Amino acid sequence: MNRAAALLAAALLAAMIAAAPAAIVLDQPYLLFLFQQIAILAIAAVGLNLVLGYAGLPAFGHAAFVGIGAYTVGIAAAESGGTGLLASGWVQVPLAAVLAATIGALIGSVSLRTRGVAFLMITLAFGQMLYYGAVSLERYGGDDGMNLVAPTQFGTFALSRGLGAYVAALIVLLVALYVSFRLSRSPFGAVLRGAAANERRMLAVGVSVFRYRVTAFALSGALCGIAGVLAANHSGFVSPASMGWTRSVELAVMVLLGGAGTTFGPLFGAAAFVLLEEALSGVSEHWRIVFGPLLLLIVIAAPGGIAGLLGRGRNG
Amino acid sequence: MNIRALAGLAVLAVILAAVIFNLTGNKGDGVRIGMVTTLTGGAAAIGNDMRDAFELALDHMGRSMGGQPVTVTYEDDAQNPDMGLQKTERLMQRDKVQFVTGYIWSNVLLASYRAATEAGAFVISANAGPSELAGAQCTPNFFSTSWQNDQTPMAMGEVMNRRNVSNVYVLAPNYAAGRNMVSGFKRTFKGSIAAEEYTQWPDQIDFAAELAKIRAANPSAVWFFFPGNYGTQFFKQYAQAGLLGQIPLYSSFSIDDLNLPQIGDLVAGAQLTQHWGAALDNPANRKFVDDFRKKYGRTPSFYAAQAYDSAMLIKSAVEGTRGDLTNHDTVRAALEKANFESVRGTFRFGRNHFPVQDFYLFEVVRGANNAYALKLNERIYTAHTDPYAANCAMAH
Amino acid sequence: MILFVEQLLNGLQFGVLLFLLSAGLTLIFGVMGMVNLAHGSLYMLGAYFAVMFTELTGSFVLGAGAALIATTAVGVILEVIAIRGLYDRPHLEQVLATFGLILFFNEGARLVWGPAGLSLAPPEFLSGQVTLLPGIVYPAYRLAVLVAGIASAAALYLLVARTRAGMLLRAAAANRRMAEALGVNSRLLFLGVFALGAALSGLAGILAAPLLTVRVGMGEEVLLLAFVVVVIGGIGSVRGALVAALIVGLIDTLGRAYLPGLLRTVFTGQIADAVGPALASMLIYVSMVVILVVRPRGLFPTQSRADG
Repeated sequence: MNRAAALLAAALLAAMIAAAPAAIVLDQPYLLFLFQQIAILAIAAVGLNLVLGYAGLPAFGHAAFVGIGAYTVGIAAAESGGTGLLASGWVQVPLAAVLAATIGALIGSVSLRTRGVAFLMITLAFGQMLYYGAVSLERYGGDDGMNLVAPTQFGTFALSRGLGAYVAALIVLLVALYVSFRLSRSPFGAVLRGAAANERRMLAVGVSVFRYRVTAFALSGALCGIAGVLAANHSGFVSPASMGWTRSVELAVMVLLGGAGTTFGPLFGAAAFVLLEEALSGVSEHWRIVFGPLLLLIVIAAPGGIAGLLGRGRNG
Repeated sequence: MNIRALAGLAVLAVILAAVIFNLTGNKGDGVRIGMVTTLTGGAAAIGNDMRDAFELALDHMGRSMGGQPVTVTYEDDAQNPDMGLQKTERLMQRDKVQFVTGYIWSNVLLASYRAATEAGAFVISANAGPSELAGAQCTPNFFSTSWQNDQTPMAMGEVMNRRNVSNVYVLAPNYAAGRNMVSGFKRTFKGSIAAEEYTQWPDQIDFAAELAKIRAANPSAVWFFFPGNYGTQFFKQYAQAGLLGQIPLYSSFSIDDLNLPQIGDLVAGAQLTQHWGAALDNPANRKFVDDFRKKYGRTPSFYAAQAYDSAMLIKSAVEGTRGDLTNHDTVRAALEKANFESVRGTFRFGRNHFPVQDFYLFEVVRGANNAYALKLNERIYTAHTDPYAANCAMAH
Repeated sequence: MILFVEQLLNGLQFGVLLFLLSAGLTLIFGVMGMVNLAHGSLYMLGAYFAVMFTELTGSFVLGAGAALIATTAVGVILEVIAIRGLYDRPHLEQVLATFGLILFFNEGARLVWGPAGLSLAPPEFLSGQVTLLPGIVYPAYRLAVLVAGIASAAALYLLVARTRAGMLLRAAAANRRMAEALGVNSRLLFLGVFALGAALSGLAGILAAPLLTVRVGMGEEVLLLAFVVVVIGGIGSVRGALVAALIVGLIDTLGRAYLPGLLRTVFTGQIADAVGPALASMLIYVSMVVILVVRPRGLFPTQSRADG
């Protein structure tokens, strides 16, 4: 583990934990809103990083998995009216994760027939199909989306806004980071990385690369689905607009910005993306004219992203 | 760590400082207003018009309401519901605004309004008018200075009835507002409908397939709804297909003062219904239109008129409560009175907090200096209430 | 029957426009291994330049010519300043960098040309309609687009297949290292290929301008379709791009024209109305997935490195 990256990650996480009391003392609830958004996006980015970073596969449809999680909550709430089994988080979260993982595995197993740019495009195409699928859900608002009828309930704890939901998002983020860290050190992670570097060698050793990659897809889908559950509760709103291809590109931008294939990269990327957007858009509505070239500059000057800047060449 | 890493961290520190500075927001004394509208992307012209009109309204009131200074924060929703919600949250939690206005798009409004009303602010939609908020989901702290989606096409259906038009080809994009528009049109239109066609939204740019179908169906008229730039595209392709002048074209929300300079030649003589036009003759409107032209060098669109009215409505509420915005019940009562001079003449709210207003028939004509303008022909509806108001449980 | 022929023509015309967009994209993919999301921005710039120069010169033809030169110039500058450094990077990083360029160009266009959409009338001599066969009346401008597209395709074919530059290009696309070892100046060649791609994309924008509203974000509307065409056709294959563009154009147009009606014969009107447009939107992506599952390297696979 790269020390500088670990330090920055620890500092960032400490700041996120400190944000909760700080927001209350300073009467700045927006700080909490912003950090919760970072946490949720970071969870999705950690999920995407399994495929994009560890396995080195250019997948570009992951916003759809987040959407699956969000729609699971939205539809369950609408159908249950906020009471009963379907309103319970103990049902919704596993349902969202399993649904997203299954669809992820299916999409993965078809897409893995292709390579390179074709793979990029086929995952994007699946994402667009799910997007149009959501648009055609007339009963659930169609293109307009729908307001969440009731938040996800864990017993008496509601995953709606405020401190409780923020703490829940932080815990999920920590668990996701831990899972991602353990995976990177496991034989599973080694196979993914090995296959990314040299697929033929892995096959020659007798490893079924395909199966490992499909598993990575399923896991990554599940994490994104859980992020979707949190996102739907955070915004109180579910809509196809958050499933489109530009959102998928943004998720990938976060992973790359932070450092693909590193444990903490997705966290750095999500934080940098959200904070940059926040800072620049506060200065001028023309902020994208600076933000765009900045992305280009980062690619040219810092190919490993933020994690790469902190420690070049070492295993981050 | 090397120099590059240090440089990276320095950039990070600057960003954090900017964010923290940003967090201080516009928490001035007096009246705090937020406007969420579209300032970037393909529809930025609409948001731009709304912001300009709001600024003009502030000029007209000396940038104060009931003796209190006014601070306005403009936010860009990028025509995206998630972004709209985030900006609304920012206005609520950082700027602590008491009123939030703007909202061009139904989906952005539906995503955002709860965040505002739950935080104790009043939402005044200056454009979007989804059926949900007019009917079953109507809510005490939401007001509209525009219209409900169904109303304008309802007036058009009425016009076409009077002319005994029948066998009409209906065309609209496949999204919620598009379906509202079609349902509004069908509510009043009594003639037969040749076909009802929905196009892809928002990424369909070519209408060749639909135009070929229209030609083959040979209806006696076409009615369609394509907002803003999409309307421009449809008119151009309709003209190039040689259908212009052959099959009469009726539309709703597809010709406005923003795209009229672009397509005037194609739509000369076209008729449309609207609740407001620059030609409406009343003192408030003359002042608004003249000063808008003077300040910005163009004719305001109906989007601008609605934004101007929303500023005047807020001012009337501040004055009506003598500046005390802490009691929501008195603020709401003051808003409900709508005690201001609207650019559309008479203005009052129905029980769902949507305007009860007149609708007019306008015609595209070539004016004195060869510029195209919308000429007022006749009043179609007087004090019209939208059809969803009956489903709203609020008592006025 | 007459309607069907007209819809076929519409599909072909849309396909030709898509071909102009994707031909450059596929060459840039094939030769340099470069995923360029900003390709759509050049299409947008072509359209904006066409409006601007037509107003300046008062002639559509002159305006279009100037716009073509201007877009190509922007392409050259872009290659030298930004794109050149990205050729040897992983696809993902190229996507990130060129996504940044999209943001830049969109915001830049808004600053230069203002937020309102712009409109461009077709030239006077093409503003009418042509009777192709008894009963088939077709807009003259769309016919001109069809002809211009086919002519560009033919010119491109001759350039690639019959000229020395084309030979170098094919050699580099097949095996860049080998070509370099044999003395091909790859730097110049890459610049040329990128400029050619920019010109083709700009031409598509110029031709589309009289049909559409010229506005910020118009590039992203067609970008995905162009990528679909490139992948279906086989990366790096101009011939593949032509075939795939026509297929996609036909599927899109015919899907919109006939799918809702077909659905209505199976389902009730309401369901058909709700599902029809969404299914028509999905149709292209479904077809792409099916084609790629059967032929993972596209219809006309090449030995390009972008594939690996």
